[in-house]
Amino acid sequence: MYLPKWLHQFGAPKYFYDLSLCISRWAGIICIICFICGLYGGLVLAPADYQQGDSFRIMYIHVPSAWMSLFVYMVMAIAGGIGLIWRIKLAEIVARSSAPIGASFTFLALVTGSIWGKPMWGTWWVWDARLTSELILLFLYLGYIALQSAFEDRRVAARAGAILALVGIVNIPIIHYSVEWWSTLHQGPTITKLDKPSIHLSMLIPLLFMVFAFKTFYISTLLIRVRSEILEYECNTSWVKQLLGINNGIK
Amino acid sequence: MTPRKKRIAIVCSILAGMAIAAALILTAFEKNLLYFYSPTQIVNGEAPTTRSFRIGGLVMNDSVKRNKDTLDVSFVLTDTINQIEVVYNGILPDLFREGQGIVANGKLQENKIFKADEVLAKHDENYMPPEVAQALEEAGADIPHQQYSTAQ
Repeated sequence: MYLPKWLHQFGAPKYFYDLSLCISRWAGIICIICFICGLYGGLVLAPADYQQGDSFRIMYIHVPSAWMSLFVYMVMAIAGGIGLIWRIKLAEIVARSSAPIGASFTFLALVTGSIWGKPMWGTWWVWDARLTSELILLFLYLGYIALQSAFEDRRVAARAGAILALVGIVNIPIIHYSVEWWSTLHQGPTITKLDKPSIHLSMLIPLLFMVFAFKTFYISTLLIRVRSEILEYECNTSWVKQLLGINNGIK
Repeated sequence: MTPRKKRIAIVCSILAGMAIAAALILTAFEKNLLYFYSPTQIVNGEAPTTRSFRIGGLVMNDSVKRNKDTLDVSFVLTDTINQIEVVYNGILPDLFREGQGIVANGKLQENKIFKADEVLAKHDENYMPPEVAQALEEAGADIPHQQYSTAQ
């Protein structure tokens, strides 16, 4: 169980710091383009739904943020696990930096879902399996963030956080399959089922743009956070001092 | 065993332990996680009779009866096999219509009529423009809820 050498190099903070600036910028640019296309397509071009009318358009925010809430948690738990096993600093940083972004996506999914629920279902909130498990996900994120700030030593915090994230990972399949395993008020999956997606193409395409926009948004903001964390982590190393020294010199 | 292998073993045992624990808990609470009962389950006597619970099903066509002077409304819920009559006093959600799936919270009365305190609409996972829905209907295809405009 050894990691290949290139992965170790990729995980070296200095190497990653230089590489990530470029990735972060490009992800940001792609995000803005997809976001504009997705919003225009979703709010203007897509037709109203045959049953829900215009209210269905909230799914262009709700669905991508709900997906991202699960995706970010997986990234956080896997990165935490890698940090725990191979003691790679970068993995610890990625896990720690993902948590607030994931928590925001979860919050957004819960709030937009609630706003959608009021006109469609007739209630802001119900304690069905999907909604409850998503709320637990938000608490997992918040618990992780609290645990991170409870330790002085970042590396101890990363290890404790990784264990919490790994324990909580069991919630992810529960959220995903909750609508299939139990009878819930929340409707079943539209796109991720094996059958043909039950959404019209004119509504699906803007949704895919939004999904891509959210994903690139995550990459871009994650890398910004990771870069500043790297500088804090490595503030005593020569390359950071050199970097800051040069910057000061120019000023 | 190297420290690294030990750590891998710890991580794997955490994951396995949590998966088993979750599976056991979810199996044990399966009944409680059920958000609603179907009319068939109620007819078979699986639903509680003493406390309130939720019932889910489709509103049967031509079954919605409204009282002209009050908010009283009655309708029949079906899962296409069995039917349960529901009475309700209150404002129905926008999506409530005949043929629509709904979930009602309330109590089963002695006379086998379900008295609802709350009625929620359950929308499905199909999204399409109205024209497509109409075209599907004209072609005789089976779209989930064909009844659209009646009895609003």
